[in-house]
Amino acid sequence: MSARLRAWLLVTPATLLVVLFLVLPVLSTLATTFGDPKGVFAPYATFFNSRFRMTVLWRTMEVAVITTIVSVAVGFATAWVVAKAPGRARSLLIIAAVFPLLTGVVVRSFAWLVILGKNGILNNFLIWTGLISEPLSMLYTQGSVIVAMIYLFVPLMILTLVGVLEGIPQDLTDAAASLGATPAATFRQVILPMAVPGLIVGSVLVFTGSFTSYATPQLLGGERQMMMGTFLYQRAMVTFDWVGASTIAAVMVVVTLTTVLFMSKLARKLNPVAG
Amino acid sequence: MQNKTHPLLIAFAVLVFFFLLGPLVIIIGSALSETSYLTFPPQGLTLHWFENIFEISAFRRTMATSFMLAVGGTALSMLIGIPAAYALARYRVEIPRFLGNVYVLPILIPEIVLGFSLMKSLATGLGLPITLSLLVGHALLVLPYCVRVVGASLNNFDFSIEEAAVSLGCTRAKAFFTVVLPNIQAGIIAGFILAFITSLNDVSVSIFLTGPGVSTLPIQLLAHMEQFFDPTIASVSVLLMLVTVAVMAIVERTLGLTFLTK
Repeated sequence: MSARLRAWLLVTPATLLVVLFLVLPVLSTLATTFGDPKGVFAPYATFFNSRFRMTVLWRTMEVAVITTIVSVAVGFATAWVVAKAPGRARSLLIIAAVFPLLTGVVVRSFAWLVILGKNGILNNFLIWTGLISEPLSMLYTQGSVIVAMIYLFVPLMILTLVGVLEGIPQDLTDAAASLGATPAATFRQVILPMAVPGLIVGSVLVFTGSFTSYATPQLLGGERQMMMGTFLYQRAMVTFDWVGASTIAAVMVVVTLTTVLFMSKLARKLNPVAG
Repeated sequence: MQNKTHPLLIAFAVLVFFFLLGPLVIIIGSALSETSYLTFPPQGLTLHWFENIFEISAFRRTMATSFMLAVGGTALSMLIGIPAAYALARYRVEIPRFLGNVYVLPILIPEIVLGFSLMKSLATGLGLPITLSLLVGHALLVLPYCVRVVGASLNNFDFSIEEAAVSLGCTRAKAFFTVVLPNIQAGIIAGFILAFITSLNDVSVSIFLTGPGVSTLPIQLLAHMEQFFDPTIASVSVLLMLVTVAVMAIVERTLGLTFLTK
């Protein structure tokens, strides 16, 4: 048997799995949106002319963008401390970041249900301190969804950036300092450019992850704060509007793929090493 | 490395870790409370809610389903993912590079879109039984982990050892099982366990594929939360956290947890 034939035989089962059960079904979903008797783009006209649908799309964008920005800021600062921490502390901090990451989305969202609920821990605490007399309704608001999302994605950002920050050679920052750069200048001109590829990878993961999330907006946003993921589910399984659901799916695919492609182009452009 | 991190930055990081772990501590505390509602700090200590999990048949059933699905889906994915990862690492000239990206598609395509599409084509279109659709969906979902983690091990493997075995008269198959496989064992175990936990926690694909009589634990938890708000959910969450601890221990012993920062 030639090496070429052997190689292809080995990759065939996995390739078939992806082509038959991912590529074809997803393409068929996308195709559904162009088969409307009222016109090829009719479902898209419905989507982009509907106030409600556009509200859902913009809300999802807003939540995803805020989540990404906050996660980048919080994750970068924390990853910096973790990367600089001495051996043992560093391993413990990595364990502390991995643990929530590997704990399920349902469990982690549930925690915020317990904290932010009407009889939740935060309300009870605020009443106990006398700051408020009536419990606040914090659940089913955009704020509660964003807090839970940030909670969900900060560990991912920390772990992505720790690896990147550790990869920046100490010699480089030492050289900058010995050539008279202030710590602020070293950060801006040496560390930040070196960290850009990692920041981009992390941002893409957080943005696409929060843009397409289902469980968190379902639990903490409910009907009132519907996002693209929960909206898709509702269209498909509650109202059985499969064309509508497929249109939402198509918009989600376009947004995530565009983000990934655009950001990886940007990463290549900004990468100081590859030039 | 010398430590000149600003104390304010350290204080900030401490707060972040408090934010990350606090909610999980709250879940553990409220799972132990004697009250019939969720509260923290717990009032009294009891393991009653843990016993209660096993008294609710829906939890018993979905736990078994989720466990078997995670093991079965991952095993299936490994069975086809390892040969693919091997071919990608070994036959760099024969296999076009873009094929490596094909196996990452299940991460690239939004999970919820994948779930919806699988429901339309497998469950409704082909009329596959629920369990089989779930198995295919989960095998697909974890394929990137199987191919990538095993692939990372294979990239560190010196294929000339395998060539030596073959030139000394070993068959290709025997060389793979006795020379290659033992050398990438750590990657396979770590990949398996990461895929297992991904499958166990999955919501977005499963929610479309579960149906009457067959459900997974996370989906059952979501449904339970909408009706009841007692510490049983917290105690199931604690059980799931224990699984996470076990998973972390295994990854630490195989590839090391720092593997996850790469």
